[in-house]
Amino acid sequence: MQQIINFIIRYKNFLLYIFLMIISMTFTIQSHSYHQSRFFNSSNWLTGNILETSNNVSTYFGLDAENQKLLNENKRLRDLLFNMGETDTTALDSIQRRYTIATGRVIKNSFAQPRNYLTIDKGEKDSIKGDMGVITSKGILGIIENTSNHFATVQSILNERSNINAKIKNTDHFGSLVWDMKRYDVVQLIDIPRLVKLTVGDTIVTGGMSSIFPEGIPVGTIRKFDLNSSNSFYSIDVALFNDMTNIKNVYIVNNELREEIKELENQTRTDDQ
Amino acid sequence: MISNSYFLNVVRFILLVLVQVLVFNRLNFFGFINPMVYILFLYWYPIKENRGAFIGLAFLLGISIDFFSDSMALNAASTLTIAYMRPAIMRLVFGVNLEFQSFKISNTTRIQQITFLTLLIIVHHLVFFTLEIFSLENFLLILKKVSATGAVTLLLCLLFGSLFSIRKE
Repeated sequence: MQQIINFIIRYKNFLLYIFLMIISMTFTIQSHSYHQSRFFNSSNWLTGNILETSNNVSTYFGLDAENQKLLNENKRLRDLLFNMGETDTTALDSIQRRYTIATGRVIKNSFAQPRNYLTIDKGEKDSIKGDMGVITSKGILGIIENTSNHFATVQSILNERSNINAKIKNTDHFGSLVWDMKRYDVVQLIDIPRLVKLTVGDTIVTGGMSSIFPEGIPVGTIRKFDLNSSNSFYSIDVALFNDMTNIKNVYIVNNELREEIKELENQTRTDDQ
Repeated sequence: MISNSYFLNVVRFILLVLVQVLVFNRLNFFGFINPMVYILFLYWYPIKENRGAFIGLAFLLGISIDFFSDSMALNAASTLTIAYMRPAIMRLVFGVNLEFQSFKISNTTRIQQITFLTLLIIVHHLVFFTLEIFSLENFLLILKKVSATGAVTLLLCLLFGSLFSIRKE
C-alpha cells in the first residue's frame, strides 16, 4: 500500500498528464468517427456572445458590399417573380408550403482546417434545429449541427465528414459532394457513372434525394474531371459559386416534411429487419 | 509579490485566449496559416511554480481555445503535451544553468531563448496537426502545415515577446 502511494506521489505529474491526455483524446477521436461533440462547440452561451460582440464591430466594415449583394439578389428574385405572373405572395398558402426560410448572420467562419464549422447568430429560440440546410444567395453552405438557445454551429461543405447529395443540372445523374481537404474553393463530386457526358463548366446543383436541401440549389461548376481508380465512376472537381472566405448573411432552410420522411424511412428500415 | 505574478498570469491567460480566437484564428495567410500565438503563455510562465498546476492550466488554456474554434480537443492535447515536456526541453536547451537558484529566462542568451521557443512550437504543431489530419497518408500535408504555420508562429511570438517582455531591472 505504502509503495502504491509513493508511486502515485512520485509520478503525479505524469499521471495527471496521462489523465488529461486521455480526456482530450477521447473527445478528439470520438468526433473523428461520429458527430461534433455536444459540448465542445462554439454555439454555447459564453463563446457565442464573445464571438457575436466581435462580429458586431467587424460587420460595419463590410456593410456597403453586403448591401449590394442583397440588392442584387432581390433584383434577381424580383425578375423571377414578375415574369412568373405572380406578383403577390398570397398564393403561397401555408398548407402548400414545403420549405420555410429563416435568416441568420455568420459570427464565426473557418475554412483552413480539415473539419470546418461556422457559427451563426440564430438558435433554438428562433426555432433552428439540427439538420436544417444553410445556403447563401449564391449557393449551398452547409448543414446545422449543434444548437443552443441563441446560436447554432453549421457543418460547412468544407468538412471531411460532409456528404451532400448533388447532381448535374438538367439531368438526373446524382452523386455525393465531399471535400478532399485541399482547397477551400473546390469540392469533389463522386459516384457519377462514366457513361454520363460531362463538359468543363457544367453546373452542379443539389439533388432531390436529400431531405435537407430543396432540389436545384446551385453548388458550383465543373473545374475538371477524371475517372476514379476503378474506372467506372467520375471524380469531379467542382469550383464553388460561394466565396467561402467571405460569408455574412445566410438563409436557413427547413423542410417541413423532413420529420415525415425520416419517420417513414425508419419504419421501412425496422420492417426490413 | 506572489499575488502579483498570479494576477499577471490570469490577465495573460485571458488576453492570449481572446487575441488567439478573435485575431489570429481569422488570419488565414495563404488560405491556411493560422499562427498559434497563445504558446507564449507556456514560454512566459514562471519556472519555479508547481508543475501540476502548470499542466492543469495548460490544459485549461487549450480547451478554452477549442471551445471557440470548434476543434474538438486538439489545442488541449497539444498544449498539454508541451506543458508536460517543458522541463525536459529546458534541460536540453539551458543545461546546467537551470540548476542555479537565480536562473531566469531573461538572463539567458538570445539564441537559447529562440531555441527554447522553437522547440515548444515544433512539438506543439506536430501533435496538433497529426491529430487534426489523423492519417499517415497525408504525412506530407502534415509536414507542410507544421513548417509553414510553425514559421509564422515563431515570428509572431518573437515580435510579441520583444513587445511585452518584462524589463530587466
